[in-house]
Amino acid sequence: MKDVKVLGSGCKRCVATAEMIESEAARLGLAVHVEKVTDYAAIAGYGIASTPGIVIDGKVVHAGGLPKAGDVARWLSA
Amino acid sequence: MSTPIAITRTRHANSPVVWVSFTLAALAAWIGAWMLLVPFTGRVMSILPVVPGSRLGEAAAFFAYEVPKVLLLLTLIVFGMGIVRSFFSVERTRALLAGKREGAGNVAAASLGIVTPFCSCSAVPLFIGFVSAGVPLGVTFSFLIAAPMVNEVALGLLFGLVGWQVAVTYLVFGLGVAIICGWVIGRLHLEGWLEDWVRNVRAGTVPIPLTRITVVDRIRAGVDALRDIVGRVWIWVIVGVASGAAIHGYVPTELLGSIMSKGNWWSVPAVVLLGIPMYSNAAGMIPVVEALLGKGAALGTVLAFMMAVTALSFPEWIILRKVMTVRLIAVFAGVVTCGILAVGFLFNALF
Repeated sequence: MKDVKVLGSGCKRCVATAEMIESEAARLGLAVHVEKVTDYAAIAGYGIASTPGIVIDGKVVHAGGLPKAGDVARWLSA
Repeated sequence: MSTPIAITRTRHANSPVVWVSFTLAALAAWIGAWMLLVPFTGRVMSILPVVPGSRLGEAAAFFAYEVPKVLLLLTLIVFGMGIVRSFFSVERTRALLAGKREGAGNVAAASLGIVTPFCSCSAVPLFIGFVSAGVPLGVTFSFLIAAPMVNEVALGLLFGLVGWQVAVTYLVFGLGVAIICGWVIGRLHLEGWLEDWVRNVRAGTVPIPLTRITVVDRIRAGVDALRDIVGRVWIWVIVGVASGAAIHGYVPTELLGSIMSKGNWWSVPAVVLLGIPMYSNAAGMIPVVEALLGKGAALGTVLAFMMAVTALSFPEWIILRKVMTVRLIAVFAGVVTCGILAVGFLFNALF
């Protein structure tokens, strides 16, 4: 079970990012737990300054802008 | 667990040769469309049941010529900047600014504000991210002022529609306002006016793994920017051109020319006040600027108006309230307003 956090204030792209992660995980048949982090202090604590950001198992893999589906698949299956 | 099928895409979809050739073909098509613009619009105008030279005819002609022109220019600029921006990121800009002293830092922040991808919806995480990483408050403000005001869309459209002289003037004075206002805010030492929790945030120092970015990725970034920005901004362009058309067709030249002339000192503060509640994107502002200049408005007054509309935004102040006290927002708004007034007055006095 991978623990995935989507960092962002709830903007459109952050929602789209969370949806993309869930659909990619479903496609790959991976069990994931997706959590949205909207608290600004917590977001800054991860060291990113642009949203949406993605943290997988405690590691920042992406910051700023909608990620590519291919990259999401790569991060999830790493 | 490894699933190669998920990652492997069809080979030609990632081939740089295919992408680059498509880009070149699109560029050629763009140039063709640009050259056909005037004959095409002339055709449209000859079909429309308006009398050429009448007020309605003038307004309709302005609208019919400017909408496709602005949209075409915007497309090219946004695509090009999408590619340029793939070389920058907010995190990298922050790392560049974190060690900088005030002064040089303000100059760097304002300049990076032009090229760093920024959207006002992420102003708060950006602000906290900068301040908590040790970027001085005044330097952060220089970035926050420059990013929405002096951007590629504004500069590119000014260059294409009004001329390079105005574009360069806007660039120089816009950066000047961002640098000086940020520096002044920094000198005032207002860190105490941030919300308490902001000062306690310590940025994590997790390095973001740099994914290797290929040529194809950069072109993709350009296409994404195109879809995203033009998709959001086109409505502003229509509204902006319609306002420009109304000014062009219906506002008497003598009236506007005298109200917004150099001699009329109060026109500068008047347009700045008018600009605060108005919020428009730079792309919507330029057709208005073009029409105002065409009616004989003074350049300093028009520049001040454009800066006020893009840089003084009431919605952004509301968003920033989450991280700073009302007093600090007031100082920020006040300092920037003074800077823009100074640009307007100075410019009208000098030229």
